[in-house]
Amino acid sequence: MTTWLSPQDVAVRVQAAVPDSVVEATDVALVLDPARLTDCILFLRDDDALDLSFLSNLTAVDRDGELEMVYHLQSLDQNHILTVKVAAGGYDDPRVASLEPLYHGALLQECEVYDLFGITFEGHPDLKRIFLWDGFPGHPLRKSFLQMPGNLTAGLPGFSHESGDNDWPVPGSVEERPVHPNQAARTNTVPVPGDPPVVQGGDA
Amino acid sequence: MTTPMPSMDPRELVTVNLGPQHPSTHGVFRLKATLDGETIHDAEMIVGYLHRSMEKLAEERTYTQNIPFTDRIDYLAAMSNNLAYCLAVEKLLGIDVPPRAQFIRILFAELQRIASHAMANGTFINDCGAWHTPLFHMFREREQILDLFEMTCGARLTTNYMRVGGVAFDLPDELLPAVRIFLRDMPGHISDYEDLILGNEILVARARGVGVIDAASAINASFSGPALRGSGVPFDLRKADPYCGYENFEFDIPVGRNGDCYDRFLVRMTEVKESLRILHQVVDNIPPGPWLTELPLHLRPEPGEAYARVESPRGELGFYLVSDGGPSPYRFHCRPPSLINLSALKEMTIGGTLADAIVTLGSIDIVVGEIDR
Amino acid sequence: MNLPLTPWYDFRDLSGLSSEISGWVGADWLGSIISGVLGALGILMIIGPVLLGLIWLERKVISRFQQRYGPNRVGPKGLLQPVADAVKLVLKEELRPRAADKFLFLLPPILVFIPGILVWGVIPFGPNMQIADLNVGVLFLLAISSTAVVAIFIAGWSSNNKYALFGSMRVIAMSISYEVPMVLSLLTIVFFTGSMSLNGIVQWQQSEDLILILLLPMTAFTFFFAATAELNRTPMDISEAESEIVAGYHTEYSGMRFGLFYAVELLNTFGISAFVATFFLGGWWLWGLDEWIPSWLILLAKTGAVYFIFIWLRGTLPRLRLDQMMNFCWKFLVPSGLLFLVAAAVERTLLIERGWDASIALPVFGVINFAMMGVAIFAWAKASGTPEQRLPSTALMARGRLGGLRAAQAISRQEAGAFEDFGAEPAGGD
Repeated sequence: MTTWLSPQDVAVRVQAAVPDSVVEATDVALVLDPARLTDCILFLRDDDALDLSFLSNLTAVDRDGELEMVYHLQSLDQNHILTVKVAAGGYDDPRVASLEPLYHGALLQECEVYDLFGITFEGHPDLKRIFLWDGFPGHPLRKSFLQMPGNLTAGLPGFSHESGDNDWPVPGSVEERPVHPNQAARTNTVPVPGDPPVVQGGDA
Repeated sequence: MTTPMPSMDPRELVTVNLGPQHPSTHGVFRLKATLDGETIHDAEMIVGYLHRSMEKLAEERTYTQNIPFTDRIDYLAAMSNNLAYCLAVEKLLGIDVPPRAQFIRILFAELQRIASHAMANGTFINDCGAWHTPLFHMFREREQILDLFEMTCGARLTTNYMRVGGVAFDLPDELLPAVRIFLRDMPGHISDYEDLILGNEILVARARGVGVIDAASAINASFSGPALRGSGVPFDLRKADPYCGYENFEFDIPVGRNGDCYDRFLVRMTEVKESLRILHQVVDNIPPGPWLTELPLHLRPEPGEAYARVESPRGELGFYLVSDGGPSPYRFHCRPPSLINLSALKEMTIGGTLADAIVTLGSIDIVVGEIDR
Repeated sequence: MNLPLTPWYDFRDLSGLSSEISGWVGADWLGSIISGVLGALGILMIIGPVLLGLIWLERKVISRFQQRYGPNRVGPKGLLQPVADAVKLVLKEELRPRAADKFLFLLPPILVFIPGILVWGVIPFGPNMQIADLNVGVLFLLAISSTAVVAIFIAGWSSNNKYALFGSMRVIAMSISYEVPMVLSLLTIVFFTGSMSLNGIVQWQQSEDLILILLLPMTAFTFFFAATAELNRTPMDISEAESEIVAGYHTEYSGMRFGLFYAVELLNTFGISAFVATFFLGGWWLWGLDEWIPSWLILLAKTGAVYFIFIWLRGTLPRLRLDQMMNFCWKFLVPSGLLFLVAAAVERTLLIERGWDASIALPVFGVINFAMMGVAIFAWAKASGTPEQRLPSTALMARGRLGGLRAAQAISRQEAGAFEDFGAEPAGGD
């Protein structure tokens, strides 16, 4: 059975190897200081006892405006796994050091996070938006992204490199189809009394 | 791993676009190859043609409503996706699954593995040039398995069968006899494939030594599944991190020798035989009992997070869920083995010919639904 | 060959018809022109239905290899399927890419059809049943089949499409390379039979009571595989490798233009099958049975058998990569072709100049040639391939503890003989 390493125990060793790097060590994850991220991960990867040489998962979570990177590092030989988190910043220009020089498998996962959250990874050789196109307004997985900004209709108004050579509708000029009353009333979650109301609107 | 290509006059290089509409890029996947004659100088992959914003949509649906979504992430291995997601939610809730449900889950996960490997290997040989003949033969087996799925849950491909706490329906009476018939017929077909395909000179010449990646690079590139085991690394989540009761079954892990396309192909073929072993043990030992834990209709896990993974036919399929106590997941993330196995595509294809790039891509076994979500 | 003058309607001897027409017209040159035109028309009229039959046969046989039925809806047993295909293709819009060369784009479908039909003029359907009994028939075959390459290159170049260009480049490389073994194998036959005319070759086989494949097996093998490459058929269809370059040189062609390419590929295959049957299987002669069964029927049966082998290969084998094909041609077929050419020259000298008795010498030569073929193929099998290609085709089974890099290294060391307790051993059975 893969053991989930206790972040508190690992924090002691990490703190000893790279001073001032552990922000907090909860039951769930080891939270590191963004400035010392690369040194800590290098230690975690190359240490003989920990041997966390396999990057299992790399993703981000938007905790209500505070973006946070989550890494799951695993050792195949020792068969244990550790959750590492690092704060990436707010919506304005969040940046984190890239793990691609350490784990080549972070290449595409970091592109995905950049595309969907907007976090820039410093040191990544080829950071680009892999799912959405370059001119896409906003980063969809942020909690503030609730509809297409600027009253754009859904779907492609045109490719970003083309210039008016097609007959796609100009953004904002398409009349909204009248929404059926049943559909307007339906939200996709079953409302439960006492839950906070769903917030509409907001910018990218 | 990569010998740097000598810099060349750009006017001598030809850029060829493989896909997104192409007979063999396994879905809408685009590879922009810069070629010097027949040798690949640079390969850039462009994905995103099938991006359906599943992770965002899942945040607006309840945990149970997300299960059909997971079918469509890796549409060739729907049962494995369902299983991984349900395991993640069960980890969030902290509940156990009844033993009969565990056996049923393993039964369908292994059947799904055989079906998916039949497709993967068939299309791999197709990429090597055999005009669909092995593909049709393997599809014959896959059709039997899809009939079994249809018998149980009504759907062949997007099965939507697992539920949080068990499975949706009990096995129908005619299922286990049908599975036994399938298990009786399958070894004959597999030995046919071994005789006809494995030793085929042309297949060996096309796939041996092509798209090589060694063990250290594979681990560093987060490979998983047959791609990792083809490079010689004996790691399988069913043994290392057993879920669903896999620790009670006897099976072995096939491992390749030198990390080329043929080894990955061979690992998949051998895994099918091991899956048959597991299926025999499952079918002989299914206990009676409930197949679904009683749970409230609206699942509201305690705030927290969970990362659960299964060994899908393509690799380590993981779901990372963050819950805020509400009926929908706060964050729904799928760790896609197909996307991550492509991290080293450039290293594996640069320096080889265009034909080799196609064969390598086929051997990594990607599903674009999983890459793009 | 002296045959009694037969009535003009006896199709077993077309020279009777030709002389009848000359007599009726009055001038010999006019008569030969008219009989030539009639012969061409006859061939064209036969080619049409034969093509439809070939398409049907190919689809049915390949589908049976693939465990399915093949077309069986249109007409009884799907026999009208090719008609439906032809009608569909005729009715389709024939697109021309805007940037494709205007005139050169229209040319190849026609240009590639011409050699396909021309070669049927020299095939003997009976002792006196051919359009033109050229005494350089073999040379004619080689010359005409080379012109098809130019048409394919024009097709790929004029399409203004990188895939098409790739396809046609590959075709040129392949076709030019594989001309050499083809020529060598035909030369070997010409050495032995002493005649370049196809009818002469069949008559040599008739007079020696021996079909050439029993005497020159390696030559047949060489010719067959060189022909496979010339025809761009699997296992050597890298130029239209659907999985890589969509459709190669005919990517941009649609409608009946594509139909012509497709039809010509099958027509060429059938034509080469007829040639294989003529050179190596005795053509229209079948140990005296041609007295009772029409000779053209015998030839068609043999052609059909060889065509079936072409389809069999297509349905069964994956395709070779371009450099592997080049290796096969230049490192195996050409050296062995030269070797067998010398052997044939030696044997021919012994037979004719030294006057050895043919009924003893020929079987002996046959046995020697078979042995040489076995040695050549065995030597090539040993010498070709990389070390990795000779690794066993079984996976290692990790029964013990799992792991990552250290486990992988331990397993590979155990392979080499060192003892580690990871419990890995090869899977049972090979």
